[in-house]
Amino acid sequence: MSGGDRTQPGPGGGAGPGHAAPAAPAGDAPPAIELRHINKHFGPVHANRDISLSVARGTIHGIIGENGAGKSTLMSILYGFYQADSGEIRVNGQPTPILTPSDAIRAGIGMVHQHFMLVYPFTVLENVVLGTESRPLLRETLAGARAELERLEREYGLEVDPDAVVENLPVGAQQRVEILKALYRGADILILDEPTGVLTPQEADDLFRILAALRDQGKTVILITHKLREIMAITDNVSVMRQGQMVAHRKTSETSRDELAELMVGRKVLLRVEKGEAQLGPVILDVEGLDVVDHLGVRRVKDVSFQVRAGEIVGIAGVSGNGQSELLAALAGMTRPAKGHIRIRGTDVAGHHVDARTMRALKVAHVPEDRQREGLVTSFAANECAILGYHRAPRYNRGLFLDRGRILGATRQLMQDYDVRPPNPFLPAANFSGGNQQKIVVAREITSDPDLLLVGQPTRGVDIGAIEFIHRRLIAMRDAGKAILLVSVELDEIMSLSDRILVMFDGHIVGEVPQDRRDERTIGLMMAGVPLETAEAQAHAAAGAH
Amino acid sequence: MSYFEIILMLDATLRLATPLIFAALAGLYAERSGVFDIGLEGKMLGSAFAAAAVAAVVYPHLGGAGWLSPWVGLLAGILVSVALSMLHGFACITHRGNQIVSGVAINILAGGLAIALGRAWFARGGQTDQLGNEQRFTAITWPGAETIGDIPVIGPIYAELISGHNLLVYLAILAVPLTAFVVYRTRFGLRLRAVGENPAAVDTAGISVPWMRYKALIVTGVLCGISGSYLSIAHGASFVPNMSAGKGFIALAALIFGKWRPFPAFFACLLFGFLEALEQRMQGATIGGLAVPVQLFQAMPYIFTVILLAGFIGRAVAPRAGGIPYVKER
Repeated sequence: MSGGDRTQPGPGGGAGPGHAAPAAPAGDAPPAIELRHINKHFGPVHANRDISLSVARGTIHGIIGENGAGKSTLMSILYGFYQADSGEIRVNGQPTPILTPSDAIRAGIGMVHQHFMLVYPFTVLENVVLGTESRPLLRETLAGARAELERLEREYGLEVDPDAVVENLPVGAQQRVEILKALYRGADILILDEPTGVLTPQEADDLFRILAALRDQGKTVILITHKLREIMAITDNVSVMRQGQMVAHRKTSETSRDELAELMVGRKVLLRVEKGEAQLGPVILDVEGLDVVDHLGVRRVKDVSFQVRAGEIVGIAGVSGNGQSELLAALAGMTRPAKGHIRIRGTDVAGHHVDARTMRALKVAHVPEDRQREGLVTSFAANECAILGYHRAPRYNRGLFLDRGRILGATRQLMQDYDVRPPNPFLPAANFSGGNQQKIVVAREITSDPDLLLVGQPTRGVDIGAIEFIHRRLIAMRDAGKAILLVSVELDEIMSLSDRILVMFDGHIVGEVPQDRRDERTIGLMMAGVPLETAEAQAHAAAGAH
Repeated sequence: MSYFEIILMLDATLRLATPLIFAALAGLYAERSGVFDIGLEGKMLGSAFAAAAVAAVVYPHLGGAGWLSPWVGLLAGILVSVALSMLHGFACITHRGNQIVSGVAINILAGGLAIALGRAWFARGGQTDQLGNEQRFTAITWPGAETIGDIPVIGPIYAELISGHNLLVYLAILAVPLTAFVVYRTRFGLRLRAVGENPAAVDTAGISVPWMRYKALIVTGVLCGISGSYLSIAHGASFVPNMSAGKGFIALAALIFGKWRPFPAFFACLLFGFLEALEQRMQGATIGGLAVPVQLFQAMPYIFTVILLAGFIGRAVAPRAGGIPYVKER
């Protein structure tokens, strides 16, 4: 398929023959949502440029684009969170000014935000009624709402206990509460912003089933994501955004992952990194019976043992919050383990007074999970950030003082090698995009020439182009005979980079996924705590049932 | 200590806890909405001054309707407190200023202004004119208090503890269940708690976050105004510079001690009231033949506050959005 020809974005497209959705009779029904020539500026940034979009009733419409492409801005305009500078919104063919979220709710638009808009100490029922309480007294409101909520749960297969306190619910259930909130407010059009970022693959599948059920009942769903897999799996139509512009509209059945990736980035991208056989060296990291207890006294890492050898990438998969972060922090010397051994090239460091500095001296480098809090000082200039943690190294010092000239030289070199844009060593870290910030951190740690690299979420919030770049660097490092431990919640990333995959759940390592039996279903089940053998059997059975 | 003395102590406890109860509930509304309010003290001082000044000035003009003057004074106290509260809101909600800084500013402003205006208007070194009984809220004797008072055990409870307080004391006790009802049982209360926990959820539900917080601060202003007025025109009979003496902060401690819940905060206020009553009782007292320095008892409420806040209350979970100005994220 050629990626060059663009369907002209424009009004009426959704009802036209080329875009007719399966559920909507072509020609007569007006599109559920029609955006015409939407523009939005944030200061000097032109976040949305002349965007036109048409979403047919009763379809699932994907909007895909890299971080910062303007997807979320566009949807926030549609939900009344921001107002467009110019342009028109039509709902069911009627021009509808949407100035506040209440206007959107009145127009039948509901939104499930990326970060849930839930009041955590409240019950499900209280969250659902908030803002639409029918009576001044709660008791009367809640009694009426309970019946309605139970009806909605039955109708769409969204099971949640109305009396459960939201903060005690798993993330998947919290998301169902968000969907129920929108439906309770009478939403016909549901916008979901990056809904699967926090879900296990199984939970994501559940979500997709719910979305399909909603579509079959005549609801319209707009799905914002940067994950191509989801677009291909669930949507009927897809629109691609790049740098604030709408660059293409496609029927999902007539496009491919490769074409969409190219449209998103504006050039050809390799979704899978090429890598050869691992050339295994000696054991660099040997973890045995490790326990980590957090400041609240909760045991986060439970009896974890594994090894990482030179020349291999070991990936740790798991839904976030299952102990990976604490494991990584302990290995990097940021926290002290309660029990167990951490041997770096045979030297046991657990139990001794170690910190991040001593670990660096042992040639262990660390790309932290949260680059803004732990990887950078965002108000520091790029050249200062480029030496953080290595600022005592003789190469950056001259007597008592930092050697500014050498630091600037090293930073310029690093920016050039890692294609950091803009290549300005004086710019504060906060002013770089997420991808470029991450490149600074990754570059700093890799150029320190460690024997072991600990990497946490290397591509979180990073655009596709930079992901490809960072992945290639990690592979190159492995090929140079270094040991790499990769922690990521992105299953795609774990699967494409790792030579071996370990799955963590509730502080334990559930098991290692054998090389020849890596599939999303098996790993997904293991991420939910199912041991390997059972997971395989279930995945097999499920595959057979389809 | 005799039974009767204990009753008298509890009686004093109630009277001394009243301003704390109003102020703690005032703080509860503000902080549950996500706006920290360390300006309770300043609002109390401002309203104490306004109430006493207005009650004194307005009395001669009312003629036969002199009984109205405490009410006019109370109204003035409330108005001043609400105005200061709105100033806090303007700085912290509308302009997203730092809530602590704004609170400190209000404390300094109210304390200074009350003294300066008092000196200029009344020429008594910052004090206002002494109020007569008709200009104040005075004790209400309940029917049959004298007859029932003679019954042993129960009698003193009725005659001293229940009967014989001014109207505002009863109002304070009523305000506690009322606040619990409003906060936990009404639509307003649900939104109030929600806006203090996750304002973004309230915003996306189509409710105005600033308006919700302003409403909470209005209630705070009213309650704090009653608290301050109580000091000067019910408990006392004039405004005295710095008469709130840290009560606003003690009320705040009681609020935190009570984990931002009405009844626990109420009991914390009673505890602090009791400590103050104990201090008054213990003046000049001896324990085991030793004279106890009165300063020790005077310091008691403050020592207690520090000890309690330092960890005796367990983990106090403040409203999650407290102290953070709400900004729509990009």
